[in-house]
Amino acid sequence: MPSIKRHKFKLTDEQLLEMLYWLKLIRAFDERLSILVRQGRVRSGVYSSIGQEAIVVGTCFGLHKEDYICPLHRDLGTFLMKGVSPGVMMAQMYAKATGLSKGRDSALHSGVSELGIFGNTSMLGANTPVAAGLALTYKLEGRDNVVIAYFGEGASNTGDVHEAMNFAGTHKLPVVFVCENNVYSYSVPIEKSMAIEDVADRAEGYGFDGVAINGNDVLAVYQATQGAIARARAGDGPTLIECKTYRWHGHSEHDPAFYRTDEELAMWKSRDPLPTFTTYLRSREVLDDTKLLEIETRVRQEIDAAVTFAEDSPHPEPGEAVTDLYA
Amino acid sequence: MREIIYLEAIREALREEMARDPKVFVLGEDVGAYGGAFGITKGLQEEFGEYRSLDMPISESCIIGVSVGASLRGYRPVAEMQFGDFITCGFDQIVNQAATLRYRYGGRASCPIVVRAPVGGNVAGGLYHSQNPESWFVHRPGLKVVAPSTAWDAKGLLKAAIRDDNPVIYLEHKYLYRRAKGPVPEGDEIVPIGKAAVRREGGQVTLVTYGAMVIASLEAADRLAKEGVDVEVIDLRTLSPWDKEAVFASLEKTNRLLVVHEDVKTLGLGAEISAVVMEERFESLDAPVMRVTYPDAHCPFSAVLEQHNLPNADKIVEAVQALARY
Repeated sequence: MPSIKRHKFKLTDEQLLEMLYWLKLIRAFDERLSILVRQGRVRSGVYSSIGQEAIVVGTCFGLHKEDYICPLHRDLGTFLMKGVSPGVMMAQMYAKATGLSKGRDSALHSGVSELGIFGNTSMLGANTPVAAGLALTYKLEGRDNVVIAYFGEGASNTGDVHEAMNFAGTHKLPVVFVCENNVYSYSVPIEKSMAIEDVADRAEGYGFDGVAINGNDVLAVYQATQGAIARARAGDGPTLIECKTYRWHGHSEHDPAFYRTDEELAMWKSRDPLPTFTTYLRSREVLDDTKLLEIETRVRQEIDAAVTFAEDSPHPEPGEAVTDLYA
Repeated sequence: MREIIYLEAIREALREEMARDPKVFVLGEDVGAYGGAFGITKGLQEEFGEYRSLDMPISESCIIGVSVGASLRGYRPVAEMQFGDFITCGFDQIVNQAATLRYRYGGRASCPIVVRAPVGGNVAGGLYHSQNPESWFVHRPGLKVVAPSTAWDAKGLLKAAIRDDNPVIYLEHKYLYRRAKGPVPEGDEIVPIGKAAVRREGGQVTLVTYGAMVIASLEAADRLAKEGVDVEVIDLRTLSPWDKEAVFASLEKTNRLLVVHEDVKTLGLGAEISAVVMEERFESLDAPVMRVTYPDAHCPFSAVLEQHNLPNADKIVEAVQALARY
């Protein structure tokens, strides 16, 4: 796997610190959500991204406003990075009237068209044909926008992902397919669900490039994504980026994840994307204690404010259960 | 007024809507240069270009998912399922993706797609080219379902479906493609979604039907009239939301109701209409609501077997006679 270094897409010191802020915000959001689930404040629908934040930050960083994202169920951070406030996302998880779906569903099943965010269903991989449709409109209009379609290595086995990649490859649509390979599809390890080691190899069958990278290295993810985006914007079609990673928690907060060993978890925790990046930033003298404290204080305040907003928000009116069915 | 066939009426609606609104496009298997398995999209690619009559891989789920994505950016895709039977391969994108989108977005988005599906039997189609899938979609909130029986409605309802801001399942009956010929206005004549049509007025029995069964029902009504039984035939045209008021109004006159459909009996439209009439118009009934439908069986290929299963004028006449005698 490539080691951390700056590649051809240059980032300023401010941008690097902004990346650190996002990594920490998303980590803190998920950590707080876990506590809220255990306290019974949030009922369910929590799929922690802890351990996988570098993928969200590395792929979303630098996206244009009109670029579209089609996140998977674990990518809460993409909503934040695309412009939804932490308060609204927290209210969404609380199923409050101020959440994106007004309490109709929790998790990430709601989108925001003005911000270029598609909200998928629970049918994993079903977001990828939608991503291809969005990308088709960019191609028809001759725009240089791109669509990022996220899915896990588990969802890569669905027909939808195959159909979407085949179609996108055929018409060279501006899609970046991001596979978050976190080893387990719920409880089933990758070797029990596919005969190959790298999902990236499948790209060849669709006529575009696939690359497997270290998904815990935010800069590696950023560089690979920017390369894929540049190709897509230039009309050269899709790329599949497989980000090797690991989720620290179970599939959902209700899953104790007995199917894996403590040693395996400890090994992956030693590859935590946050300290790796922090160490790098210190070594480059981009980060010092003062700046770190500033970021951590800001993150804590924003998460606290988000929880307060969600707690203070009203529940939906019962009658809203049967509205918004038709336009 | 000039007369055209049902199939041409569908094509005319597509062409006019595509000319009117550059955001309207069609996509499906073989819909490009070939013009579709039934020739519905013939000429569209030539006139509007490759991407507005777009050949898709054999990927029904992708066809509908792509439509959903395009609709989120203001497009009005019309997806063609080559046969209604194949719609099962795109079922998830319809019932989970498209139908729930507005609801789960908190009312901040809509999904204006049309899924056209050639349905129905009596065309030597066998198990996988004859089915009537309407109940699956009528059963799902968030979708609208239409099923024209005339060339006029085929055009007018498709225009309404394309302009509707919701996902609409448009069921076109293969038996009617060339057999249903009639007057069709040129230009913009919209048939509103949700409105039934009285195809024949009568005072003794209300017969509610749709699709190809309108033809069999009218034939039965003609024969019954000669015996002195006066049947009112209502063509639902829209199956979801179906026109309760039109059915109730007819029932006030006749006090007897027969529902005829080509779909299988269990949990078909007849079951729903019957239940609603019981709940809301029980006092109007002089007899039980009755049904003539396909049996709860598959669609066999052999003509002998298929004719055994299909509802027809004979079966309808018999049922109306029993209902009138009750």
